[in-house]
Amino acid sequence: MAFFVARRLFYLLPVLIAVSLLTFSIASLLPGDLAYTILGDQATPENVAALRADMGLDQPIWWRYLGWLGNVLQGDFGRSFRTGQTVLQAVAERLPVSIELMLLAQLGALGIGVPLAIICAARSGGPFDRFMTGSAFGMLSVPTFLSAILLIYLFAVELRWLPATGYIPFAEDPLANLRFLVLPALTLALAEWPTIMRVLRSDMIATLQEDYIALAKAKGLTPARILFVHALKPSSLTLVTITGINIGRLIGGAVIVETIFALPGIGRLLIGAILTRDLIILQGVVLLVGAGFVIMNFLVDMLYAVLDPRIRHGHA
Amino acid sequence: MTGNTLLSVEDVIVDLPTPRGNLRAVDRVDLTVGTGRTLGIVGESGCGKTMLSRAVLQLLPKKAKLSGRVMFDGQDLLQLPPEKLRKLRGRSLAVVFQDPMTSLNPVLTIGTQLIETLQEHLELDDATAKKRSVELLAAVGIPAPEQRLAQYPHQLSGGMRQRVAIAIALSCEPKLLIADEPTTALDVTIQAQILDLLAREQRRRHMAMIIITHDLGVVAGRTDEVAVMYAGRVVERAPTPALFKRMRMPYTEALLAALPKLDAAPHTPLPAISGRPPDPTRPLQGCSFSPRCRYAVARCQSEKPPLEAAETSAHQFACFHPIETHADANA
Repeated sequence: MAFFVARRLFYLLPVLIAVSLLTFSIASLLPGDLAYTILGDQATPENVAALRADMGLDQPIWWRYLGWLGNVLQGDFGRSFRTGQTVLQAVAERLPVSIELMLLAQLGALGIGVPLAIICAARSGGPFDRFMTGSAFGMLSVPTFLSAILLIYLFAVELRWLPATGYIPFAEDPLANLRFLVLPALTLALAEWPTIMRVLRSDMIATLQEDYIALAKAKGLTPARILFVHALKPSSLTLVTITGINIGRLIGGAVIVETIFALPGIGRLLIGAILTRDLIILQGVVLLVGAGFVIMNFLVDMLYAVLDPRIRHGHA
Repeated sequence: MTGNTLLSVEDVIVDLPTPRGNLRAVDRVDLTVGTGRTLGIVGESGCGKTMLSRAVLQLLPKKAKLSGRVMFDGQDLLQLPPEKLRKLRGRSLAVVFQDPMTSLNPVLTIGTQLIETLQEHLELDDATAKKRSVELLAAVGIPAPEQRLAQYPHQLSGGMRQRVAIAIALSCEPKLLIADEPTTALDVTIQAQILDLLAREQRRRHMAMIIITHDLGVVAGRTDEVAVMYAGRVVERAPTPALFKRMRMPYTEALLAALPKLDAAPHTPLPAISGRPPDPTRPLQGCSFSPRCRYAVARCQSEKPPLEAAETSAHQFACFHPIETHADANA
């Protein structure tokens, strides 16, 4: 097990280096000179040259990359030239919002998708299965901005049960915080449960054909025990992968949903940085989000080992 | 020949719909097993022996159609509500499958898979169930049984896994154990051990057993009665000693001849049965073995021989020209 973890950790290194390289080049290759952007209408050739020298922009790109990477490794991701806030401060401020939204959305999606998948797999080919498989396909093709607007219309405008936009920190008022997050989380969950359901359903149908399920039936176990204890765990590897990818993706913020519901999360931070050409914030945030995504996938790999003892013992 | 009948299979038909048409996997089979007795079901792959065992266990594929009666311990299994059937399975009707590599759940420990059966049927607390599991593993010849409880199937060899599967099957002292090719997936050296284990536990627990195999050598000396199946039908059925003394059905004879003999001279060619079993989606009008039978005459192709008793009522066979009638020409 220790060897397994160490090996996966080792694989992480080149990936993280690639992420940092990509992030840096994207920010550097964007058209427009950072010095001109910062100086705006006060840009004179002398000012620009001075600022470029000051920021190291006159150095070759690989030198700048190494310098940036060195700073990053020391925990210095840079500072916004607009707000003066450091990247870490900005992220620390926004991250809890995105993480809470992501967790609620995943819980919702799993809460809808997993039970439906199990019922469908247990009665595959039946009317309920066919109806749900069709509905899932339909839901899959509804874009989040549409379901967000429909949910706002229904729950905020018509029924007036929930606020449409805004955010209150959890520490200030937990209940109000949840009320603000229900609709955005539900919007994301609606977009994600169909994938969860379809993936788990088809894996589970395959598992239910296995000999050991026939033996579990022959042992006289209850249908619930067969489904939840004998079939669910060996069927959930793909589900864990999907959920891991979703979580990793949402660490970077749900850009559309955060914008529609006016949530101050990472997604809005990124959009803001792009719109104001705040490249330091942009490349810092993208790097952090990319690293988060990679680490999330590492954790998913670890979870495989928890689910399947054969991976844990190095047999597969 | 038996005291009370424990299991009787009456006129059982199993139909499987396939894209190429209906496949009759089991065709009007009648069998009985007495309390504490052993029945061997022998036949080559695809003869319907596994489907028959699945029919008894009610574990047929969803789309399969089953008709007839399966009386077990006074109850018709086909009419039994699911909850009652569940209480019967694992408790008084147990099974060991062919391949121990796939019949144990890879993500659950040996202990979990044993204890769950015990606790499902017998009201045992955790400590007692654990103690019983250790005893069971010891009884089927697994060394260090306590440590095994925490292990996963992949940490055990094939033979050990089959022993675990047998321990699970024996756990609730079943009245009938169905062993579906229990040694086919194992090394030759392990096969005899597993068969001996099954025989020993059967005697000790006074349990009835059905051994399903393609190997006549497995049933010889280990069963009270043998039923030979071909193309979904029982073609010969007799008390084991009577069958091996005097086989009547040419198919049984051919099956026995196809077994390699240890005392044969080196490089003796093995008499294989030429041809292949008939396509089960296109049933033959006559005897299904007739295309491969060296004794077949015109009548065999036009008329299906019924399974009938000859001299002794216990020895039945489905053949118009049973072996002894042309023994002179054959000898």
